[in-house]
Amino acid sequence: MIIDTDASDRGGAETLRRYELKSAYDEMFRAVGHPRKQYRELYNLLLSLGPDELRRSKREADQSFFNQGITFTVYGSDKGTEQIFPHDLLPRIITAAEWERIERGLTQRITALNLFLKDVYHEGKIIEDGVVPGNIVYTCKHYRREMRGIKVPRDVYITVVGTDLIRNPEGNFVVLEDNLRVPSGVSYMLTSRRVMKQIFPGLFQKCRVRPIEHYSQALLSTLRFLAPEDRSEPTVVLLTPGAYNSAYFEHAYLARQMGIELVEGRDLVVHDNIVYMRTTFGLQRVDVIYRRIDDDYLDPLVFESGSALGAVGLFNAYRAGNIAFANALGTGVADDKAIYAYVPKIISYYLDQDPILESVETLLMSDPAQRDYVCQKLDEYVVKAVGESGGYGMLIGPHSTEQERSEFREKISAQPRNYIAQPTINLSTAPCFVDGTIEPRHVDLRPYVLYGEKITIIPGGLTRVALRKGSLVVNSSQGGGSKDTWVLQN
Amino acid sequence: MLSRVADSLYWMSRYSERADNASRVLKATYGLILNPAKFSTEERWFRAVSSLAPGAASSNVDAQRALFLLVADPEGTFSIVKCISGARENARQVREEISSEMWEHLNRLFHDVTGFELQPDDDAGAMRVVSVVREGSYRFNGITAATINHDEAWHFIQLGKYIERACNLCVLLDAYFVIDRHADDLDWVGLLNSCAAFEAYCKACTAELKPERIANFLLLKPEFPYSVRYSLDRMHEALTSISNLSLSRRTEKVERLIGRLRAMVAYVPVGEIIAELHKYLAAIIEQCRELDAAVHELYIEYPIEVAFQH
Repeated sequence: MIIDTDASDRGGAETLRRYELKSAYDEMFRAVGHPRKQYRELYNLLLSLGPDELRRSKREADQSFFNQGITFTVYGSDKGTEQIFPHDLLPRIITAAEWERIERGLTQRITALNLFLKDVYHEGKIIEDGVVPGNIVYTCKHYRREMRGIKVPRDVYITVVGTDLIRNPEGNFVVLEDNLRVPSGVSYMLTSRRVMKQIFPGLFQKCRVRPIEHYSQALLSTLRFLAPEDRSEPTVVLLTPGAYNSAYFEHAYLARQMGIELVEGRDLVVHDNIVYMRTTFGLQRVDVIYRRIDDDYLDPLVFESGSALGAVGLFNAYRAGNIAFANALGTGVADDKAIYAYVPKIISYYLDQDPILESVETLLMSDPAQRDYVCQKLDEYVVKAVGESGGYGMLIGPHSTEQERSEFREKISAQPRNYIAQPTINLSTAPCFVDGTIEPRHVDLRPYVLYGEKITIIPGGLTRVALRKGSLVVNSSQGGGSKDTWVLQN
Repeated sequence: MLSRVADSLYWMSRYSERADNASRVLKATYGLILNPAKFSTEERWFRAVSSLAPGAASSNVDAQRALFLLVADPEGTFSIVKCISGARENARQVREEISSEMWEHLNRLFHDVTGFELQPDDDAGAMRVVSVVREGSYRFNGITAATINHDEAWHFIQLGKYIERACNLCVLLDAYFVIDRHADDLDWVGLLNSCAAFEAYCKACTAELKPERIANFLLLKPEFPYSVRYSLDRMHEALTSISNLSLSRRTEKVERLIGRLRAMVAYVPVGEIIAELHKYLAAIIEQCRELDAAVHELYIEYPIEVAFQH
């Protein structure tokens, strides 16, 4: 790294000495020693801070996370060990212009996907018109035939969305995945912002960062919008699988922030198609359920009969229009990774527009020609199972062994509909404070979208980091961490 | 408040009080068996077992294993370690309803007592667990009182604590007075210590240890926190506060039950109580059980048909 002399005089430059730029787009540096404009303040700060000062800040941040109880439970341990969510000290910064494009692109995409869901569960015109093949829609793991013909409140299927974006080597944001079922992670966005304000108050002021703190209010009013229209003071609750779920912290956090009740399935009673919760004051009617439980477990009468996480009769109450779910059931059909390949067509079909945000080129393994092609070049592709999330069921070709590849070849030919392939994309890198120095690590971006009366996108989101050097996997279950994401004002 | 949450708070509190009680009784009993007396070690352990694990007591208590069983028996449901883990489990279910201080304390206490990995013949280790729990319970009570709103949640916590305490006291008194009537002074000191009552008793009644006076004190002294009367008064307060908050509920049954219980300690002549002590104690325990069931039916698991009658 080349540093101009007067900067190196300031002592802090040693933390940046090992920062190398490779083929990926770097969020902070245009070229060695030349930060992008939005990062200039951070760069100056880093030059003035030595590794010990950064270490101290990191410890302070860790302590703050711990004290706020921002932890997740480690599975497979009955000792109740809770760990803090891994996070990086340095913010990821996005300019107003970049954000404006993301906002327009996501609004367009979510609008189209919502129309797609409504169509798929009603007339199915898009299938009839041959834009999306019916056999792909109906074979989706998360397609719910029970939803056929059901009118969902306000025609909103996807109330809460967390779309995963990545930045390609050309510097453009590209959609990697739509998470339309029960996206999580927003509590980390909110709490890490609080911590960062504590650690870098001066930097914060200089940069003019757009606030995100209104998320909870926006979520609550979005949820209330879904209530049956005759209910003037609707009761909204958050349905959690319980204290043993790894995201329990988030459920409890959001419920507390919104001032709503955190319920479990066993707290709910359905009588005459009306949902109540059992309180010490008697049964209290519930109008909207922000459910953090998968479709399958919501109602044992209709879905998984062995599930004790939901409540008997919820689906009938839903069908009767007496309760709203956020998100609606069956939304997983639109974030299936095979459907993903059709999203550009879905956008132009319903909105008659070109997609603002690009998608990643996606090859369907159910197509024999594409399958043969990919199977020969598995070391160049990323293969994903269509119905999975969280980075599971995935093969990253360039980082795989011959044995892993041959296992995937077998899996693909056994269940071709279950897999798609995408070229390996070099995610952009951002500076991270690791072991006393600042090094580039790969990142993605998950903005949170709320769809109520209008579409609201909170300026920021969760930047996920692959903390292992060279790794492209950002999922927290697989060694990923997070960064605070700053969207700048004009 | 959600019924499930109220139930978890109630049981968190009952388990914590149960562990507290067991730690007091074991400490006192262990102190006793170190002294030679007309009672054998077995008899004294039998008394402890029958007051802490009523179902498990049989006439041939193995003195060597009794302490281990009551402290850390992995199978039994009565051991101190089981009680602490029961309290923690319930607290964990309502992690967001209690203060961080409460949760952290209970969690640490659980790790402390399970961390000992006690062996059956390790009396010294078992007694260390007892001391840790003794201290930990006092602290938990203090933290609870100091760190949460004294609202509905608090009242359910209080209710659980005192119903458990009243029952434990009755069982303990029964073991001392009915099972072995002719205890000596050392045993009476043991009983008072089991209720953290020795000094308080001496202040109120001098150090003269008369069985009737001791029974009177532990049952009826309204100012002493480990008396049955004190416990029933706190239960009454908690129940009244809860029913004042939930105007819509039909509380007559619960009110009648707590009223009758309080009348038993307030109005039954002391002579009559002592003459029929076993029957009297059994009646209090039974009525506490009825009260527990009535509270459960009123606030926690009420039938939906009832809920719609309002």
